[in-house]
Amino acid sequence: MSILEDSAIELSKKIKAGEVLVTQALEAVLERIDAVENQVNSYMTIDRDQLMKKAEEIQKKIDSKELTGPFAGVPIAIKDNICTKGLLTTCSSKILSNFIPGYSAEAVLDLESAGALIIGKTNMDEFAMGSTTETSAFKTTRNPWNLDHVPGGSSGGSAAAVAAGECFAALGSDTGGSIRQPASFCGVVGMKPTYGTVSRYGLIAYGSSLDQIGPITRTVSDCAVMLELISKHDKKDATSMDRVALGHDTDFSNALIEDVKGQRIGIPKDYIGEGVDPQVRESILKAADALREKGALVEEFDLELVEYAVPAYYVIASAEASSNLSRFDGIKYGYRTPEFDGLHAMYKKTRSEGFGSEVKRRIMLGSFVLSSGFYDAYYLKALKTKALIKESFTKAFQHFDLIIGPTAPTTAPKIGESLLDPIKMYLSDIFTISVNLAGLPSISVPCGIDASGLPIGLQLIGDSFEEKKLIQAAYTYEKARGSFPSFAERNIDTYGKTI
Amino acid sequence: MSEIINREVIEYVGILAKLELNEEEKEQAKRDMNKMLTYIDKLNELDVTGVEPMSHVFPVSNVFREDVVTNGDERDLVLGNAPAQKENCFKVPRTVE
Amino acid sequence: MAKQYEIVIGLEVHVELATKTKIFCGCTTEFGGAPNTHTCPVCTGMPGSLPVLNQQVLEYAMAVGLATNCEVTRYSKFDRKNYFYPDNPQNYQISQLYLPICRDGFVEIETPTGSKPIRIHEIHMEEDAGKLIHDEWENCTLVDYNRSGVPLIEIVSEPDMASAEEVNAYLEKLRLMIQYLGASDCKLQEGSMRADVNLSVREVGSTTLGTRTEMKNLNSFKAISRAIEGERQRQIELLEEGKQVTQETRRWDDNKEYSYSMRSKEDAQDYRYFPDPDLVPLEISEEWIARIKEGLPEFRTEKMKRYREEFDIPEYDIAIITEWKKMADLFEDTCKLCNQPKKVSNWLMVETLRLCKERELDADQISFSARNLAKLIQLTENKVINSTVAKEVFELIFDQDIDPELYIEEQGLKTVSDEGELKRVVQEIMQNNPQSVEDYQNGKEKAIGFLIGQTMKAMKGKANPESITQILKEFLS
Repeated sequence: MSILEDSAIELSKKIKAGEVLVTQALEAVLERIDAVENQVNSYMTIDRDQLMKKAEEIQKKIDSKELTGPFAGVPIAIKDNICTKGLLTTCSSKILSNFIPGYSAEAVLDLESAGALIIGKTNMDEFAMGSTTETSAFKTTRNPWNLDHVPGGSSGGSAAAVAAGECFAALGSDTGGSIRQPASFCGVVGMKPTYGTVSRYGLIAYGSSLDQIGPITRTVSDCAVMLELISKHDKKDATSMDRVALGHDTDFSNALIEDVKGQRIGIPKDYIGEGVDPQVRESILKAADALREKGALVEEFDLELVEYAVPAYYVIASAEASSNLSRFDGIKYGYRTPEFDGLHAMYKKTRSEGFGSEVKRRIMLGSFVLSSGFYDAYYLKALKTKALIKESFTKAFQHFDLIIGPTAPTTAPKIGESLLDPIKMYLSDIFTISVNLAGLPSISVPCGIDASGLPIGLQLIGDSFEEKKLIQAAYTYEKARGSFPSFAERNIDTYGKTI
Repeated sequence: MSEIINREVIEYVGILAKLELNEEEKEQAKRDMNKMLTYIDKLNELDVTGVEPMSHVFPVSNVFREDVVTNGDERDLVLGNAPAQKENCFKVPRTVE
Repeated sequence: MAKQYEIVIGLEVHVELATKTKIFCGCTTEFGGAPNTHTCPVCTGMPGSLPVLNQQVLEYAMAVGLATNCEVTRYSKFDRKNYFYPDNPQNYQISQLYLPICRDGFVEIETPTGSKPIRIHEIHMEEDAGKLIHDEWENCTLVDYNRSGVPLIEIVSEPDMASAEEVNAYLEKLRLMIQYLGASDCKLQEGSMRADVNLSVREVGSTTLGTRTEMKNLNSFKAISRAIEGERQRQIELLEEGKQVTQETRRWDDNKEYSYSMRSKEDAQDYRYFPDPDLVPLEISEEWIARIKEGLPEFRTEKMKRYREEFDIPEYDIAIITEWKKMADLFEDTCKLCNQPKKVSNWLMVETLRLCKERELDADQISFSARNLAKLIQLTENKVINSTVAKEVFELIFDQDIDPELYIEEQGLKTVSDEGELKRVVQEIMQNNPQSVEDYQNGKEKAIGFLIGQTMKAMKGKANPESITQILKEFLS
């Protein structure tokens, strides 16, 4: 068995025990990348020049016991909207095609100081706007389970890289489901923490009030540990919360306990109703049974306002995006159009050439809903809807410890099918979006495979700050489910060279 | 189908957002935005009377930094990505006629 | 009969706060510095950077609000004002529209017809923009973000002013108040205080407001006066011609004494304000407001009243000394040490202001200590030095804050009080100048002046002129 099949924690244990060198882990990953990357296209940038040197430095620190943590020596990947000092960070957009940050995101610094080895940056939907990774200006990432299908999005590159064995874990960002949905489509674990748990400093903003960085991993244990490493109160992010002071610690690995006895779990009827693929529904109900067998009390209930989350989200996220993305103007960094006549022409040409059509669509919509005469009717209305959605979850959590359902209504669609109808694409995020509006934590865990061989994800949603409950239930379910096919066991021939 | 978005609105939003669309893109944007707004109009079914708009999801307030200088000279970092610069400034087309 | 018009003016005053760091990052606010050396990812709008509010900015804003009788908003927020311009690195300015920090205040100004309240609509916090430098050589513009993110408060008045004089009185009142608070140095010329003038005209007797224009780029009291007059005439001419005044922003050109429309087809002036999701709301408690109130200094009006009771100095002196907080503090501190109010006041009003003028300094830039001025006054009072020496020494105190005692000792400038020595020199001078002695004795009293001068010269200035006169008179009679 290859070391590539180890979980991140297992690999780090072997490295710390001296059984594997960091350079060997790196070489295995690079070899795997060489074998599959030309088909999967997970990465935007691979830091090849620096990797060997960095691996050796980490090895030294492990040998000298300076690094002893659970991710020491683990090769990981970072979504390309998270700044990495000295390493190209493009948001998969032409407008940032040459941007090299002079600083690293706080979450990146945390992982680096824990001894993780950053292999490179992963492809994504341009500025995280999309659900398929097809809006990337540079390349189309393919689903490692079936190369004709999308990996989901917007963190599609991160999810595909983890699923294809091109890294052991990755960071994604989630504004409306962008970690959980690709994790679900690629058969890996993905988690969005409570808003304010991970610093947004260095995350290139899409919808600032909704964005959170989170882990994409192969197991729930890796996920808990990785989240623990990046959760902290950061004074550089005013929306970062001092969870410890609020009485909600971040010792998530302590929640890796196999026990859901007495946990009250609700399944919103709308989450398994019309519009949900029958195979997905069946798989979710099976997962519910598994949790029941472990002692949980699972029942269906009516979660209010499910259908209003998507329209409210598109107003709020687009409005914030229209403002957040105005800084891309060809003056301070990134792309500038080569020919222009005067300042305003430079702005317009730079931005029109630099942004792709989905990004432009959302900037236009966002500018419109904030414009004079429409603010109250659209933007304020959406913020009020958000308040009602938050309230509906608060009510639900008076009765339940957790809410479960599918992460997405279907498995991964074929490449080229989704972008044709934007609203249809937006609707595929219906189960993930409301979680962002309410700022809640949520995790997607693989729970089945459909008839065409594509993975299905179980989404577990917790009340604010209840990550530990969430992790404990996800871990218990994962144990009950048993092992899930890894990349080594499936259609590996598609990739050509195997390991 | 919402008809709020006409050509004038598209032109106006283009000025606000500094986006220049060609004819075909303008027509497409008009169709897409009207479609989106029709969908967003679903929010009108909700009675939001008396509901406070929620801009921040958690009631966190009063986050400050102290008035202490923490940054040194970061000019090279700041200018490092500039598409055009001169005399350690960002260079842009003339701003006043 | 020609129509009679009156003007209605409201002011938007921007004041740069005297914090050490910028409003949302830890960069220094120090003036000058090579281009872009006082910058970081936050104040240059780098992707992924986030703002965090400087607490001192909020406290200064609250203090100015309380000093101008405003209500402090208990729940306040920051909003983004969206517009594209190269001096604004994010292409939005973080400001406050919906819930500004202070509202509904007023200040009293003195007018020829008595005091008049000018109402303040609101005070909000915001960030300053970078500097644009026009490069004629290449016909381009260069951007320096050193000023980007410097904290500002904007004080928005109601349209309560009716003349340039009232505008100046209002600005002067704000300047003094804010300087007393230490919240800003409020220098119009250096841009740390800037005023935009909203002006409309209407027929006398009319109760409705005319269409107003907003004038920017006013950087001196004189420019403001000229701009008000220029814009008044322009608007009246339009109305007389039967035309409409357009509501717009205009840029005042003080050289041409005319304002120009700043509108262009690329500016929609639709700022799409919305609450900034990167910054959390401000919740201001009663205790906090009380604490800020407690910390407010004594303002000029109260201070003048107290001086009248405590110090025996003329009204004229009180008015001048209290015009700068620095001066008033120095006055009081020096008086505490030497208890000679009139003497202290004289040094401050005459020599200090003279040197300020010579050195091109503002009175609030005075840097010498009360201790050394008090010592100098004592030395003069005790006749250890005479007034000529005292003036020389004061100049050194003014420039370098030297210790006058030490200096006089080192330089041997003490007045010679040894009467024998003085008598000997006087006799010598009389012998060498028999003509003057004779003139005096023949009734030409002026001749004694020459003899005093000669004696002083021989004593190298270290004599008390009164003693010399006394001895001379003794010998001559």
